[in-house]
Amino acid sequence: MFEIRIHSRGGQGGVTAARLLAMAALHDGKYATACPFYGAERRGAPVVSFVRIDDHPIKVYSQIRQPDLVVVLDASVMDVVDVLNGLKKGGRVLINSAHKQEFAGFATSHVDLTGIALRENLVVAGSPILNTPVLGALAKMGICSAESVKKAIREMFSDEKNVQAAEAAYKEMSL
Amino acid sequence: MKKIATGNKAVAEAVKQAKPSVVAAYPITPQTEIVETIADYVTSGQLESRYIPVESEHSAMAACIGASITGVRTFTATSSHGLLYMHEMTNWAAGARLPVVMANVNRSIGPGWNIWAEHTDALQERDTGWLQVYVATVQEAYDATLMAFRIAEHNDVLLPVMVNLDGFSLSHIMQPLDTVEPGDFIPPIHLPHAIDPKNPTSYGGLTGPNDHFRFRWDIERSMRDSVKVIEATQKEFAKRFGRSYGFTEDYRCEDADVILVSMGTFGKEAEVAIDILRKEGIKAGSMRLRWFRPFPKLELAGKEVVVIDRDYSFGSGGILAKEITAQTKREVYSVIAGIGGQEVTYDDLADFVRKRRIGTEFWFGVTGNV
Repeated sequence: MFEIRIHSRGGQGGVTAARLLAMAALHDGKYATACPFYGAERRGAPVVSFVRIDDHPIKVYSQIRQPDLVVVLDASVMDVVDVLNGLKKGGRVLINSAHKQEFAGFATSHVDLTGIALRENLVVAGSPILNTPVLGALAKMGICSAESVKKAIREMFSDEKNVQAAEAAYKEMSL
Repeated sequence: MKKIATGNKAVAEAVKQAKPSVVAAYPITPQTEIVETIADYVTSGQLESRYIPVESEHSAMAACIGASITGVRTFTATSSHGLLYMHEMTNWAAGARLPVVMANVNRSIGPGWNIWAEHTDALQERDTGWLQVYVATVQEAYDATLMAFRIAEHNDVLLPVMVNLDGFSLSHIMQPLDTVEPGDFIPPIHLPHAIDPKNPTSYGGLTGPNDHFRFRWDIERSMRDSVKVIEATQKEFAKRFGRSYGFTEDYRCEDADVILVSMGTFGKEAEVAIDILRKEGIKAGSMRLRWFRPFPKLELAGKEVVVIDRDYSFGSGGILAKEITAQTKREVYSVIAGIGGQEVTYDDLADFVRKRRIGTEFWFGVTGNV
């Protein structure tokens, strides 16, 4: 079972990203469970959501304690949250940043999702939308296939800009 | 068609396909996305139904009762305090023999204020005459809701059915959902005692000491008859749609020395705990109780029993543990865990089995208890 924890702020689309990833995994022929942190979320507050992907039906409902991958959609949460908490030995980190980031012991990838969202004009209520571009980055990391990502995004959004943003992230992503 | 859906959306989807004529619901906290989604279906024309937003859950159930007595299909949904506020009317729905279907998202009771999963809300309704099923996956939430209409409306039953799903850990979780075309799996409703202006009759009138018990007995008679209807419905569902359900979901129970009994999502996670215990050489099995009312006959002879209660009856004990003790006339290890959304992992569940002390009660996370 592959376990992913997504850090973001309420309203940035962390939950939708988890949902899209689960949809993409389903299109890949796998089983997936996605869930927001069980609580009363507030806009702007640091939040987490979780995705589990497996070849078999997933029976676990308790929270992910030792993720294989941590995704940070908003680097500013790192000031208040230990995003590496519980990350498995040899685990990976994907961070939304224009600059290279390093965490000792963990393979870290970065991509400027915010820049891509602004360039593609994916902005809602003044906030760049990160949940579709991040799927392109996850596909580049091999978490799901690029084809399934596009299919999942098209199922949820009618605007092709979202697919373009995912494609841009796929291309610009530094592994 | 396979998609990704939450437990809430899965219930709403099943309701859309069951096509109730009336949906009445209180739309504010502690309400869930279930009725919000159904309201969307009605306004967008995907469901032709009279959607009645009301000022309280008490009124929601009253509106369902009023609609149901005219002989139409009805649905409502609620959670925790909303269910408790309905309590007078839930008794009335069962007593008037009305096949209302309700989804209840199991959440804790305050104070202190808590919005997380617990079963005490629904279990406080256990003596009302409602059938109660507890589900553990998004798929099962959908399947059980479809089946609930057929079971409730069966003329050997004519009792309301409550579909229970764990707050957040199932209501808000997203999993694969395979929807079906129910077709005539849910036949048109026929309520033999529906009101008819051409043949006026009286309902809810005074029933004296010489008669009242007969109506009570009749509820129990139908509750007992519902066992066969549930079995037949689940069998027919499996035949048509390929997914089979029983009164319990048993995992590696046949040769087990110790059985872990639970309800809701813990019952799925328990299967992971059982695999861990088996690797250690402990012959354990999991029995997930799906139907709480009618309470099924459990196959536990010759086994040690560990019961997880995500609920409590103060001054008595874990409600599920007490039911099982009463039925089997044997003592169990009663674990109280997961109250108010308390995090319980498969490692914890395995530990409850390892450290079992039959005949005692253990509150998970509480130190110094007797």
